[in-house]
Amino acid sequence: MAYLLARGSFRGRAVLDGLVHLPLILPPVVTGYLLLLAFGRRGWIGPALAELGIVFSFRWTGAALACAVMGFPLMVRAMRLSIEAVDGKLEQAAATLGARPAMVFLLVTLPLSLPGILAGAVLAFAKAMGEFGATITFVSNIPGETQTLPAAIYTLLQVPGGEAGAFRLTLVSIAVSMLALLASEGLARRARLRLGA
Amino acid sequence: MIEVAVVHRQGGFTLDAAFTAGGRVTALFGRSGSGKTTLVNVLAGLLRPERGRIAVDGQVLLDTAAGLDVPVHRRRIGYVFQDARLFPHLDVRRNLIFGRRFARDAAGGASLADVAGLLGLAPLLDRRPAGLSGGERQRVAIGRALLARPRLLLMDEPLAALDEARKAEIMPYLARLRDEAGVPIVYVSHAVAEVAQLAGTVVVLSEGRVAATGPAAEILRRADLFHGRDGAEAGTLLDLRVAAHDPGFGLTRLDGPAGSLSVPLLPQPPGTPVRVRVRARDVLIARPPVPDLSARNRLAGRIVAVTAEGSGPHALVEIACGPVRLTARITRQAAHAMGLAPGQEVVAVVKSVAFDSDTIGIAGEVEV
Repeated sequence: MAYLLARGSFRGRAVLDGLVHLPLILPPVVTGYLLLLAFGRRGWIGPALAELGIVFSFRWTGAALACAVMGFPLMVRAMRLSIEAVDGKLEQAAATLGARPAMVFLLVTLPLSLPGILAGAVLAFAKAMGEFGATITFVSNIPGETQTLPAAIYTLLQVPGGEAGAFRLTLVSIAVSMLALLASEGLARRARLRLGA
Repeated sequence: MIEVAVVHRQGGFTLDAAFTAGGRVTALFGRSGSGKTTLVNVLAGLLRPERGRIAVDGQVLLDTAAGLDVPVHRRRIGYVFQDARLFPHLDVRRNLIFGRRFARDAAGGASLADVAGLLGLAPLLDRRPAGLSGGERQRVAIGRALLARPRLLLMDEPLAALDEARKAEIMPYLARLRDEAGVPIVYVSHAVAEVAQLAGTVVVLSEGRVAATGPAAEILRRADLFHGRDGAEAGTLLDLRVAAHDPGFGLTRLDGPAGSLSVPLLPQPPGTPVRVRVRARDVLIARPPVPDLSARNRLAGRIVAVTAEGSGPHALVEIACGPVRLTARITRQAAHAMGLAPGQEVVAVVKSVAFDSDTIGIAGEVEV
């Protein structure tokens, strides 16, 4: 998807671009509501999927879908930037050496844009962890099933004496975020070192 | 055999070039902006021309009239870019074998060891491109293109980004490539010295059109094809052989049909064919008997033609020395004062110091 938006030139590219980035701009609650309309039990495609055994509404799968939809634009954006930064001349060189376009992508574009792709994945992960509005609208806030970290913290703060639990979860959030950042930095540095930059 | 006839418009620039060339090295020669790079990009398939036809060894790669356009990766045309374009995430070895896996018959052709030997790459195999010098990068790029088993090798000013020392370092490799790799080469350059040393056939491009095409010796004597200071580089190509060395005086004697030349000591053993470019501006004309001159190279001949370069200060004098035609560029005034005219017996005199690595190259077998 990121490659399409970075290098593709086709009709409707702007529309696709807009669709992908919409969840970034829309209020999360609206995105969640749209997801509910689409994948809900009586939604547009929810019943069809349910017959195939795929149910999103009020399940953890739904929470995952909501997080994915919210995180996707961030990931695509970061990846697209790094793919655009890959020198097209190297891709040309690969083609003159006999590489099909798919092989050019696999052997040249992808490895060279790895740092950006990692950064995109971390961003999406962070967004998913902090996801609140879309999830709560789409699949509600069911402990052990669809409850995200912020939703749990929010719930704890609503009941008297919940501050201690909320604080513990806050520490967990900080730890997980820090680890993710360090991991992505480390991977990106190794990728850059390999490029000799 | 390369057959090309293409028309392409790009902004205000029109490329309208047609030529056919055989032999081992065809030089595309012309100054910057003459359309050389556009033309090789069209050959490689990186640029699709408005119309045209391209065939290499009878295989049609592009024929817009027939709606045929073989994509880049199936043309099997190797391309050595001016800026090398090595893959920064792969070491030299993996860069070299990159095209190998896509070659149709990966078993045939030159092996990694052959190519590494030919281009002196063995000590570099485990290095990364970022740590290589410009000359080393260019050699790796050439090896990489060769290992993809191309039917034709395009080289777009491979020496342009290098300093003089690096150029001199790569030239012998290019001569070996021409003589040993068995792949026809299209060599793009605006440097007379490179073209003179490598090319059998020269195609001169000027403002997107082919201004002249023919054997290197014929093209390089025509000063009218060169622009500006390059006019001073025009001259005669002599195919000679190393006859003997004189280490005491630091000289090498070369023999050929036109006579003998003595040049600064060469490393090549006797018998090696060399190609010497005698710049027209380096040739003096004397009437025999020649007095005691410091210039030691004297080729006796007969004047064939005296041509004034318009109303400018220079005149070109063509002298037949045996089977070879030497060109001298002298002042119009001198030609007039000496009363030079066709048919006269004269001696062409050249200083040995006029010969250096710019004007002496290792010749391949003479091309027909």
